[in-house]
Amino acid sequence: MNIQRLLTIMKKEFIHIKRDKASLGIAIMMPIIFILIFGYAVNTDVENIKVGILDGDKTKESRELIKKFANSNYFIPYRYVNSINEIERLIDKGKVKTGLVIPAGMSKALNRKEEPQIQLIIDGTDPTIARTALQSGVLVGKMYGLENQQGINKTNLKGIDLRTRVWYNPNLESTKFTIPGLIGLIMQNVTVMLTAFALVRERERGTIEQLIVTPIKSTELILGKMIPYILIGSLGFLVSLYFGTYWFNVSIKGSISLLLLFGFGFVICALAMGMLISTVAKNQLQAMQMTILIILPSVLLSGFIFPRESMPNIIQGIGYFIPLTYFLNILRGIILKGIGVNYLWKDILFLIIIGTFLLGIASVRFNKKLD
Amino acid sequence: MGENAIVTNNLTKRFNNFTAVNSINLKIKKGKIYGLLGPNGAGKSTTIRMLCGVLTPSDGKGEVLGYDIYTQAELIRQNIGYMSQRFSLYEDLTVKENLDFYSSIYTLPKKIRKERMVELIKMAGLEGKEKRLAGKLSGGWKQRLALGCALMHKPKLLILDEPTAGVDPVSRRVFWQLIYGLSKQGITILVTTHYMDEAESCDEIAFIFGGKILTQGTPNKLIKQKKGKNLEDVFISYVEEQTGERVQASFNTMRFIHDKRMGD
Repeated sequence: MNIQRLLTIMKKEFIHIKRDKASLGIAIMMPIIFILIFGYAVNTDVENIKVGILDGDKTKESRELIKKFANSNYFIPYRYVNSINEIERLIDKGKVKTGLVIPAGMSKALNRKEEPQIQLIIDGTDPTIARTALQSGVLVGKMYGLENQQGINKTNLKGIDLRTRVWYNPNLESTKFTIPGLIGLIMQNVTVMLTAFALVRERERGTIEQLIVTPIKSTELILGKMIPYILIGSLGFLVSLYFGTYWFNVSIKGSISLLLLFGFGFVICALAMGMLISTVAKNQLQAMQMTILIILPSVLLSGFIFPRESMPNIIQGIGYFIPLTYFLNILRGIILKGIGVNYLWKDILFLIIIGTFLLGIASVRFNKKLD
Repeated sequence: MGENAIVTNNLTKRFNNFTAVNSINLKIKKGKIYGLLGPNGAGKSTTIRMLCGVLTPSDGKGEVLGYDIYTQAELIRQNIGYMSQRFSLYEDLTVKENLDFYSSIYTLPKKIRKERMVELIKMAGLEGKEKRLAGKLSGGWKQRLALGCALMHKPKLLILDEPTAGVDPVSRRVFWQLIYGLSKQGITILVTTHYMDEAESCDEIAFIFGGKILTQGTPNKLIKQKKGKNLEDVFISYVEEQTGERVQASFNTMRFIHDKRMGD
């Protein structure tokens, strides 16, 4: 290994990156744009569901119930109507997602210690909204019933008293779930794409032939080409980490240095994937197609958006071969739960195994010959 | 190693079922300009690539500057300059950056690097264009820049694969004057070409067709052998012999050209 030759290759690679505005754009803009787009768009938190209200009772109690719904922040009264047909029309038109129907005589029934029936009609076309409406509607109703019963007769409590407590993300904000995953995904995409391109470009333009005839060694060539992209991949990691945590207020509970260390490790893993692509692809177009082939499954199967628990066994199994799967566990573990190596060692181990394996194949396949 | 710069013995390259180079025997004396002639796809580039260590031969032996092409490829690379068929410098690097890159790949001392850079830029006629991107140069300058990069480490053997393809006549003339100059300094030159005037300027030539060497010798000897007027006649008569077809006749066999009834 000759340091001067290594530095020469690195310097050349930096000039390429500097002159190629597209790569530079990918390296810097992609993290920012992805974080912003995904951070806002992949938002499954539903608030202010519009509700049409049919108050058939019109008493202090019924107004109290409506206020409870409004105060929960999940619902916002949209319009008071006089018939069930009107609620139907509002839902059909999409003006409201839910309708609250309070029957006449609700307060009287309450006073008689009966259980009056209140109806919450939910538009099920969007399951995410429907689920939130259902859960919070039931919750609000229960709370109301409980308070009333307590107010009237404290000893007459029926059923079980289930109290829930959500850890790590008490408000169940989806950004807290999305952002750490996003950081991993962005890092993977930037690194895989840029490395694959950098190596394939030499072959496509024929410059590799001229390089082969020089005394440069394979290791010098690979390392010299990789190091600049390790730096850029790490830069992408830092940019998305900064943006993700500050812009979307996701605080890092665990050790930042541990996070950076594993982030660096994952960059190398992604780099090996890029190298592997470059040994198969003949030109940049093919490299692009193969990159998409890698990115798409890693978005869908790694648990980035869809929970892996709900996937069929075979699909779940494929996920085990995707490095991002493990890195997501590490990211979420450190950022949200604040846990360390003692809990994450399995993921770390698998990531190292896969990384070494990929890097091994890539180095064997990447030889300094044309045939 | 003696007096020969390149010696091959039944050098062969097969790609799957296709034999690109079939048992080639070459002896190229030191200090000479040696031309490899042949139509497209004859196996010239494949032969050259095996000599440079870009491709691994399937069979046969080869020595370049006394080093074995299988086991001492790195030593060969230290001592040869190579210009591939297509322009293979970095188009997004400037003239100076390209020269800089190749000089430091060969780990030349800084002082020597600077001296040679000035000389090579002058030789290639690229003064004042140092900061121009290589991709923005015209064909002739690109060739001379590539030659400059290949000469940076003062090679004993220069291998040029169709160096003047697609270059205008004036640039071609300038380029060959550079080649003569280098030959006079004792550098051995192996060059492939299509141009007969270039072939006639070589000290010795070999004619390759279908992966085999059909004949070799000095241009004069070959012309006399075939009793042709010039090398072009020799070239064509060999192709005709091999394919069993007259080159001039081939247009007449394409009936659609003469057939007036067929429209398009």
